[in-house]
Amino acid sequence: MYELSGVTKRYTRGKDTVNALDGIDLTIPDGDRLVIQGPTGGGKSTLLQMLGALDRPTAGRISLDGTDLASLSETRLTRVRSENIGFVFQSFNLIPTLTAQENVETALVPLGVKSKERRERAAEALASVGLGERLAHLPSEMSGGQQQRVAIARALVKRPKVLLADEPTGNLDESMRDEIMDVLERMWQELGLTYIMVTHDSSIARKAPRLATIRKGRITVKENAQA
Amino acid sequence: MFFTYLRRELRRRRKAALVVASGLALGIALVIVVDSVSSGMGKAQDKVLQSLYGLGTDMTVTKAAPAGGTGQGERPRFQFDAKDSDSDEEQSSDRVMVQGFQTLAASTVGKVSDQDGVADAVGGLSLQVLKVSGEFTRGRLQQGGGEGGQGGPGGQGAPQGEVQGGGASFDVNSYSVYGTDVTEPDLGPLTSSKITSGRAFKASETDAKVAVADSSYAKEKKLKTGSTVTVKGTKYKVIGIATADSGDAAADLYLPLKQAQTLGDVKNKVTTIYVKATDSQRIDSVKSAIQKNISGTTVTTSADLADTVSGSLSTASSLATSVGRWLSVVVLIAAFLVAGLLTSSAVSRRVREFGTLKALGWTSGRVTRQVVGEAMVNGLVGGVLGIALGLVGAYVVTAVSPSLQAQLGGGSGDSGGGPGGPGGMGGPGRQTAAKTLEVALTAPVSLTTIALAVLLAVAGGLVAGGFGGWRASRLRPADALRRVE
Repeated sequence: MYELSGVTKRYTRGKDTVNALDGIDLTIPDGDRLVIQGPTGGGKSTLLQMLGALDRPTAGRISLDGTDLASLSETRLTRVRSENIGFVFQSFNLIPTLTAQENVETALVPLGVKSKERRERAAEALASVGLGERLAHLPSEMSGGQQQRVAIARALVKRPKVLLADEPTGNLDESMRDEIMDVLERMWQELGLTYIMVTHDSSIARKAPRLATIRKGRITVKENAQA
Repeated sequence: MFFTYLRRELRRRRKAALVVASGLALGIALVIVVDSVSSGMGKAQDKVLQSLYGLGTDMTVTKAAPAGGTGQGERPRFQFDAKDSDSDEEQSSDRVMVQGFQTLAASTVGKVSDQDGVADAVGGLSLQVLKVSGEFTRGRLQQGGGEGGQGGPGGQGAPQGEVQGGGASFDVNSYSVYGTDVTEPDLGPLTSSKITSGRAFKASETDAKVAVADSSYAKEKKLKTGSTVTVKGTKYKVIGIATADSGDAAADLYLPLKQAQTLGDVKNKVTTIYVKATDSQRIDSVKSAIQKNISGTTVTTSADLADTVSGSLSTASSLATSVGRWLSVVVLIAAFLVAGLLTSSAVSRRVREFGTLKALGWTSGRVTRQVVGEAMVNGLVGGVLGIALGLVGAYVVTAVSPSLQAQLGGGSGDSGGGPGGPGGMGGPGRQTAAKTLEVALTAPVSLTTIALAVLLAVAGGLVAGGFGGWRASRLRPADALRRVE
């Protein structure tokens, strides 16, 4: 469970100071599905980076299962990311020289999983997203939707507690978007993980049970009874 | 994963990898060629120096001739009686002079031997023989009516007329003789020659009337084993013909030391002491000890003598050691920098990739190792290419074997001067004129050079990897991902 209290992130740009996040208070229970929306530059991605232990707040507290991420050393933060958090990015962020299977394996490398087990688990993860036949394909040999499915397999192969998706359908056409959303929803339900997604897409936001909106660094959360 | 990732990345960035490897290869090849050519220069110089005082000699001890003199004695004088013009009797006279240096007492050899760090010392005597032979006849006084009369010093009442005929027809022959200690065959100038006919001196022939002739002199004088050669009226049996390993021989004739001392009228004297040190690392300390403990001597090491080498060998050697070495260093530094900058720039292009890996939980160390690994492989590929290129370069130099001239000394022989006295080192028969030798340049590649090349390749990889790794390690995953949004 995430508990955020007074989380503030300030950036300095020249002489100006920008409040990307301005005293965010938020609780995200385990197994929750939260969609974060808001205008560009509102602080959505910054919040996601805080939740993903990629960055530290300027002030405030972010606790994951009782551990304050802001106070952890870089090494501990790296471990938190490798063990507990899966990322899906808008641009897929696959390693272009590695095959689909090898890309998925990269998530298991920091956990010290042996090579044989890595290969097996990566193949299973890819099969679970419908890419069992594409293990040896390079990203350049796959469509955008397939690449994003590889990215999802990479995020989930280590069985994380949290899945963070930053505009996962931003670079995809409509049919691909639905396909990816289906995969993500299925995985959330099957694995029981906490699923937090940033999106601009209102049609996706409407289906979320909880919708957070960030404007000028401030957050408002609404329950969506229709979802 | 490390090797798979590394292999794929290098394959993807073949061109960049090739540029980095080629730059390093060029630098390493240059180092190999310069190093091997320098080594070849060293060998050529050793060969030149060896020809001067023989194998195994680390230094010589001499006493320089006084300024304005030609070594030991006075200028040679010859006196011949004029014979009748009818006489065809040939007259001959030899003058034997100590060559080049002042003599040292033979006991000095013992003193030198006693110095700490001296393994062996042996004395030798260098002589120059000037032989004038021919016919010297009086003129004949021709008087008015054509009556003859003997010429000669005129006097009062001498008949009127003119002196006709008379004169001299003579030949001047100069050659060098070296008195060698026959009990010490392993040290001294004769070691730079091989006995190609007959035999060498026996240890028992300390005062025997035997001689070893240099092959060039023997050919000129039609001497062979068993011939007899006369020096200052003493006949010596030629027991062997010696051929110099390279360049000129140390002397035309070699005699037992005692015989040479008798000929030169310098009993118990030597001109040069050849010294072998117990350890090549101690040459300088031995030199200092001798100079300190035996006053008035000049000690010349091979390093001192190398300074007197001039000519194309010296020029090439200077080029190899100065320009060549600096060029290699500059090229290497440039190659290292280019490799570093290219690697660093490659990291910049892979910010998102490394940011993603860090987001997945890869530590900075793991990412840095990956970058350094790639740079190391580039360095090693550069090393292999460089070694191959360097070996080809060294092979070409050896195959072409450019001929280099070495001029030794160059003193006039009648004045003191550089190390070892006039003309350079204290070798016999070489002090009076510059000596020019031709040596073929080779470029031997030693294992040390190869090891150096490998070391440089690794260093190049580490420098390049250091640049890139440092950048990669400083990447914060959030910044890396933010930059591509």
